[in-house]
Amino acid sequence: MAQFGPAQTVPELEQTAKQLRRHVVRMVFEAGSGHPGGSLSAADVVAALYFRVMKHDPASPTWPDRDRFIMSKGHAVPIVYAAMAEAGYFPVSELTTLRKLNSRLQGHPSAKDLPGIEASTGSLGQGLSIGLGMALGLRMDGRSSTVYVMLGDGEIEEGQVWEAAMAAAHYKADNLVAILDRNRFQLDGPTAEIMEVEPVVDKWRAFGWRVLDIDGHAMQQVVHALEVARERTGRPTVIVAHTIKGKGVSYMENNNAFHGKAPTREELERALQELA
Amino acid sequence: MGRPLGMATRQAYGKALVEAGKLYPNVVVLDGDLSKSTMTADFAKAFPDRFINVGIAEANMVGIAAGLATTGKIPFASSFACFLMCKGYDQLRLAVTYAENNVKIVVSHGGISIGEDGVSQMSVEDVALACALPKMVVMVPSDEHCTRQAVLAAAAHEGPTFIRTGRPKAPLVYSAPPADFRIGKAIQVRDGSDVTIIANGLMVAAALDAADILQQRGVGARVLDMHTVKPIDEEAVCRAAYETRAIVVAEEHLSYGGLGGVVAQAAARLRPTRMEFVAIDDTYAESGDMDGLMEKYGLTAKDIVAAAERALAPAKAHPAAVTA
Repeated sequence: MAQFGPAQTVPELEQTAKQLRRHVVRMVFEAGSGHPGGSLSAADVVAALYFRVMKHDPASPTWPDRDRFIMSKGHAVPIVYAAMAEAGYFPVSELTTLRKLNSRLQGHPSAKDLPGIEASTGSLGQGLSIGLGMALGLRMDGRSSTVYVMLGDGEIEEGQVWEAAMAAAHYKADNLVAILDRNRFQLDGPTAEIMEVEPVVDKWRAFGWRVLDIDGHAMQQVVHALEVARERTGRPTVIVAHTIKGKGVSYMENNNAFHGKAPTREELERALQELA
Repeated sequence: MGRPLGMATRQAYGKALVEAGKLYPNVVVLDGDLSKSTMTADFAKAFPDRFINVGIAEANMVGIAAGLATTGKIPFASSFACFLMCKGYDQLRLAVTYAENNVKIVVSHGGISIGEDGVSQMSVEDVALACALPKMVVMVPSDEHCTRQAVLAAAAHEGPTFIRTGRPKAPLVYSAPPADFRIGKAIQVRDGSDVTIIANGLMVAAALDAADILQQRGVGARVLDMHTVKPIDEEAVCRAAYETRAIVVAEEHLSYGGLGGVVAQAAARLRPTRMEFVAIDDTYAESGDMDGLMEKYGLTAKDIVAAAERALAPAKAHPAAVTA
């Protein structure tokens, strides 16, 4: 199995996740807009994928046997850019072009603009279907790749997610792994108030999925779940990752004001201190 | 009228798809529980391992097709025009055309000629929707032979492609697959020097019938099968505007956003000329028999003749000038 770099240990991944979080707050500050909250909640899972679990090659982003990652909640793309830059898909210096004219780092992921971005997302609900198509195509060709799709917990209010969930189980797409970033918030407020999505574990189970229920910030659990999910069991797997929106920056944690708002310069400094 | 009926363009699609499946081992086909109507069932029988029935879930189907395309497949996704284009549009926009994925969308039951099932199953807006997707090639073939060529051209073309097919048996425009079929190049199926009728889909046969009637009245009508709406054949439009005195556009679609608008835009830029339009005028249709519907909603050879005669009549004074 070709794998980019040496697989990081859990303590190394924890440091990497912190580094990615620093990139996120800096990028969003430089852009003057963006979505820090949902990027920070996803940071540990994304770090584990890019620096331990996924087989991929930043020097060859179209390598047919690579694993795929789709950020279906496309507004959290800053964390993906941060991981890609650190992994070597493009220079870290390019991160500050986020959301600016002529940048490859579009406000939401654009597959045609940036090699390594697997799907264009940002209209919520679409990523799981695209990932299922990839999983079916890869299986037809006898490739062993795994497709990971990260969903937001607000995002699963979209009906298309459940169309894809039903179809993935029907087609026994066991090379497809969904990760639900269960940070309990959506744009307008807590999911429990806006649109209750519980019981999420029961819902996925009822749709025929294998469910792994984890603390999405406990790196050991994250790595273990992502690796266990690669087993071919005849069912797709969903990892329900319980997370904290804004994780790692005290004043952003569980503060939905930072769903889609950039920090001020002072706030940035404080965030970088906390993430040092 | 006089033209012999061939098979429905959706049937021709089903057969051409099997041909494409033999030519390209990476062609895969998706359907949303309508394979016996869109005729992808032919492919499902021939290549069961390359057929995916997604159930009644058009949005999911388009997303899956996009994902398949990223793995090097050539996915053809089919459903009724109204369901696929309306329920799958967000996915067409983001997952297919924005990402420039090589997905083929082939819809059946375009237009009002589907008849008795009525408005919920009739698509009068699909061509406009398809044209509003950047990079999407948009084709509306006229008969079984034209459809075969369109499907094989779509399989060979690298990029998102839309083809509209119809439910009823289609009158034959060609006696064999037109060898000169090229995406974006109109086929002149009849020459004439007074007026040019530009049509696609079922309206090409109606245009040929109209040309026969006009001939009896001493008017020579050129007929262009404009099977590709986007990219439009600007050269053919320009030549029609130079070489004949007027253009009539005929399509089984709303008058807004379809072939008429596209041709008018090209003519306005390159060579403004007198134009008339035969299309559905800002309304939905209703249940009924096909011939009755085509007559009630103004989509017959007779309507094309009347439009040609209006276009060729001496220009009237501007209404504002009359009242002044």
